[in-house]
Amino acid sequence: MRYMLLIYGEETQQDDAATGDAPEISPPWMEYTNWLAREGILRGGDKLAASPSATTVRVRDGNRLITDGPYTETKEVLGGYYMIECEDLDKALEAAARCPAAFGGSIEVRPIIPMPAPAPAG
Amino acid sequence: MTESEPATQPRATRRINGSTAESNAAIERAYRDAYGGVLATLIRFLGGDFDAAEEALADVFATALETWPRDGVPAKPAAWLTTAARNRALDRIRRDRRQAEKLVLLEQEMTGTEVATMQLGTDGGLEDDRLRLIFTCCHPALQLDTRVALTLRTLGGLTTPEIARAFLVPEATLAQRLVRAKRKIRQAAIPYRVPLGEELPERIEGVLAVLYLVFNEGYLASAGEAAVRHELCAEAIRLASLLADLMPDRPETHGLLALLLLQDSRREARVAADGSIALLDEQDRTRWDGAEIARGLEAMDRGFAAAARLSHASVGRYLLQAAIAAEHARTIDGRATDWRAIATLYEALARIDPSPIVELNRAVAIAQAEGPGAGLALLDQLAAGGELAGYHLLPAARADFLRRLGLFTEAAAEYERALGLSDNDAERRFLQRRLAETRS
Repeated sequence: MRYMLLIYGEETQQDDAATGDAPEISPPWMEYTNWLAREGILRGGDKLAASPSATTVRVRDGNRLITDGPYTETKEVLGGYYMIECEDLDKALEAAARCPAAFGGSIEVRPIIPMPAPAPAG
Repeated sequence: MTESEPATQPRATRRINGSTAESNAAIERAYRDAYGGVLATLIRFLGGDFDAAEEALADVFATALETWPRDGVPAKPAAWLTTAARNRALDRIRRDRRQAEKLVLLEQEMTGTEVATMQLGTDGGLEDDRLRLIFTCCHPALQLDTRVALTLRTLGGLTTPEIARAFLVPEATLAQRLVRAKRKIRQAAIPYRVPLGEELPERIEGVLAVLYLVFNEGYLASAGEAAVRHELCAEAIRLASLLADLMPDRPETHGLLALLLLQDSRREARVAADGSIALLDEQDRTRWDGAEIARGLEAMDRGFAAAARLSHASVGRYLLQAAIAAEHARTIDGRATDWRAIATLYEALARIDPSPIVELNRAVAIAQAEGPGAGLALLDQLAAGGELAGYHLLPAARADFLRRLGLFTEAAAEYERALGLSDNDAERRFLQRRLAETRS
């Protein structure tokens, strides 16, 4: 079972000013990432650029609507994600609770529905 | 229907037409006793598929309605139902070609032991399944009202309309809530097992909270039919009793059971002739249910014994509340109540579960033990804290203390404040009665 850990928290000034260069990873995050890897459950993960860099797209009545910014404007925004593979939700929640952002921010845990591989372009 | 009718209203009979009374009764018994356990085993067998399990079980109950009157009731109804429902579920999967792959998996997973467990029906395997089901239904990843509904639907075998009526929500809303819950259990892989290790105490606490909520909805609800509410209480007691049987080394499982039984024993005496709430000191104690009190006291003793085997700290909130209820239950003459002991128990309760409501109750006990003046002093402190602003029982308690001090004008003002804050009919009638007394 794969789960997404969606990491929500308040953005700092620093996040906002980020240039897009590889961010410096603070020790707790490094430690957490290493822990996930050691547990053998890490399947992927990255930090997202600050929310002002987001663009939201939706199609309504055949028209493509583009809006500047994240899907909802809230103080807590999606800041990054991990993809992990665990036996069940209890295990995934346990792993999520160790994430540095769980202290102060929140982690949304979502099951991933496996999709069939796309057909090769022919 | 009146409150004096049996606690557990036969559910299955409502669905039965034209079969003999004897097998009706057997089906009804089997339904009530076996539903949750059989369903729990089926869900495990079907790899967590609640819907398929429910469908199969509903099918075999329909079959039982036809065959039991004709062929007689099986010696072990639960085992019969389990085997029949399992076969039904397998048939369905076989027929459903889209599920072909799933069947292969199921047959691979189905070891000899599992088949044996399925067929025995009433051995340890079944008990474990019911525990698994309780913990899954009460998983913290589900919303509290969903946990309650799912527990009543799957373990209690209450129908969706019955639950909807009890909680005063539209049937469609409740049905939708159940569908979403089952979908989330499947999609998010909420595990079908009893939690392990350090997780367990917290999760037990969660299950107990759900059962207590079910009971209180039945016991205290300000609205709804009496019969439906009564059924909720009976169901909560049945499930608490099951949990205490399945986890006998956990003191609080006995604590909750004891608390529910002792509270429920006062049901008949709790409502005065005019429909208002009769307070403890006004209740006709001969109308308390002696058999229920005895069961409650036994459960409490088992709880304290279990706590003694663990450690002192394992006496929790339910056991303490049961001990408070037991002080009353044991006292035939209300005037002989040991209020000092009760105040001490509330003090212990406040240490593990600090809340202004507990403090309010402690103040009432102190007022009884040491006089209304001492109680008033505690209430003043509480009122200064501000947490109980808007809670009608604070002015109601003040009013009572003032009345007993002979300060009738002040008491009347407090009764009026309490009336302005309560929307429970029975309570309002009580407050109005007291208000009239202070003015006469």
